[in-house]
Amino acid sequence: MSLASIPQNSRLGRTLSVLRDVMSRPSGAVGLCLVVFHLILAVISPYIAPFDYRTMNAAMMLTGPDGVHFLGTDHLGRDVFSRTIQGGREAILVTGIATPIAVAWGGLVGIFFGLIGGRVDEVMMRFVDAFLSLPWILKMLVLIVTFGTGIEVLIPTLAFFYGIPVIRIARAATHDVVARDFVAAARARGHSRMTIMRKELLPNVLDALMVEGAMRWSWMLLAFSSLSFLGFGVSPPTPDWGLMIADARGFMSFAPWGVLGPVIALSTLIIGINLTADALAKALGIDRAQKAPV
Amino acid sequence: MLQMFLRRLFLGAITVAIVSMIIFAGVEILPGDACTAFLEREAQGRVLENCREELDLNRPAVVRYLDWASDALRGDLGVSANGQRSIAEMVGARLQNSLLLAACALIVGVPTAIFLGVVSGLWRDRPVDLILSTGAIFAMTIPEFVSATVLILVFSVWLGWLPGIVLTSANAPASEFFPEIILPVVVLAMVMTAHILRTVRSSVIEVMNSDYVQMATLKGVPYWRIVFRHALPNALLPAINVVALTIAWLLGGVVVIEVVFNYPGLGRMMIDAISDRDLPVVQAIALIVATVYVGVNLTADLLTMVANPRLRTLYTRK
Repeated sequence: MSLASIPQNSRLGRTLSVLRDVMSRPSGAVGLCLVVFHLILAVISPYIAPFDYRTMNAAMMLTGPDGVHFLGTDHLGRDVFSRTIQGGREAILVTGIATPIAVAWGGLVGIFFGLIGGRVDEVMMRFVDAFLSLPWILKMLVLIVTFGTGIEVLIPTLAFFYGIPVIRIARAATHDVVARDFVAAARARGHSRMTIMRKELLPNVLDALMVEGAMRWSWMLLAFSSLSFLGFGVSPPTPDWGLMIADARGFMSFAPWGVLGPVIALSTLIIGINLTADALAKALGIDRAQKAPV
Repeated sequence: MLQMFLRRLFLGAITVAIVSMIIFAGVEILPGDACTAFLEREAQGRVLENCREELDLNRPAVVRYLDWASDALRGDLGVSANGQRSIAEMVGARLQNSLLLAACALIVGVPTAIFLGVVSGLWRDRPVDLILSTGAIFAMTIPEFVSATVLILVFSVWLGWLPGIVLTSANAPASEFFPEIILPVVVLAMVMTAHILRTVRSSVIEVMNSDYVQMATLKGVPYWRIVFRHALPNALLPAINVVALTIAWLLGGVVVIEVVFNYPGLGRMMIDAISDRDLPVVQAIALIVATVYVGVNLTADLLTMVANPRLRTLYTRK
């Protein structure tokens, strides 16, 4: 990405040029289209769904795909197509709110500790490491079993746990910047820590945080649908891909269409986000090939 | 070097100590304790008091933490809340099963990943690389339960080649898990391969573009000699850390896979314990998994240091 092509002093201009760069890569174009498609679908699906997702029909259980039920019916006679196109709404809503919160708080804390450094920073990182060494599913499940599975529990839980790894990313990115001359200059000018964080560090760390945010989103979706799959997420009869796959798995041998719809829907969304994140990382010049599978 | 080693070991031990505190504090802060979970509706008045008395829950948290931690150090993980069985005994067989699963996945996954990663790095941006890289994104991003479901559908339901579910009991010897273990291993190996492949690919590309490889090329060293003697030893170093992270993930994150395949491992035991609110068991499993995680990462750091002389001085200077 050449700096010359960016219109002067315009955040919008830069955003547009990054967007153009993302769209010019095949992975970015495909990914962004998938993501946008899913977002639009999540908004309009209740209006275009041919059937109510709750309507059961005892006479039409586990029937195959036909002209009326495009993807057949499930074990309660509900229309799989209608449930599939609405199955991402809850997931997108919860992760869509939790991701910005996670990136924001993790990012700020990371920048702060990156700036102050020293012993406090060392000690904090030990805590972060310790926290990361526990499997995510254990941490989440313990909270969910205690406090319930509603949105009001899932959003803060996801936002909290997925913000912790962001601390590390933001701190590492800050460390790269904090030794540079312009930060020293700002210190010499007598700017406060808050000002340095806001004016000098944040703009430089923002790129890394954006990419991280995109990745967090896909991991959160994965976590959310896994929880639903295990029966700790969305409660029935709300349609959710993870839950639908869990339900339909038992009838897979004679009614595989129940699995295929949600499998394709969930996979395309997550792959779309990842392709976009990949293209975004390349457009912003951030290498994330060595990212840990946490 | 020895100093470095000891320093790392010390930091690892501190991390484990902090983890144990977080686990204990976490369980303390949550509403309810072992007694309310065990007695359920009857948890009130005299009965509750007696139970707390019996389990020593009335002592200050710090004292109980020290007790628990020092017992755990000696390998005594306490007893479960409901079964009154020794946790170490319960966990033993499950841990072995999980290790078996992880070992199989590693044996299949790591060589495959390194081979494919080198191939896609050497033929960068060619069709082979595009196929492998795209495949890797698919394999690592699609949730495990989705790929597992698809594999069961194809290989178990439609083709009927492999059993789609594990029916062997938890205490059976390792040999009895075949061929049931094949599909879970394939799912795990797929995700693992994808992560390692991407790292190997990017480091192969980086090394092949480096000055010293160019120098060797200019000197007229044959291409494959450059690849095997000059490039690969350096390019494969970063793989050690990723393999370590995948091992850690294998032990903690396989929970979903164990549930999908009904595999009697540590992950499924953890889910059961959480659902039953069997807090001592949850604590013990969390501690085991975290210790393994820290241990594996420590080993990887040390291996990288031993394998790469430059890092040794780099660390000491810092």
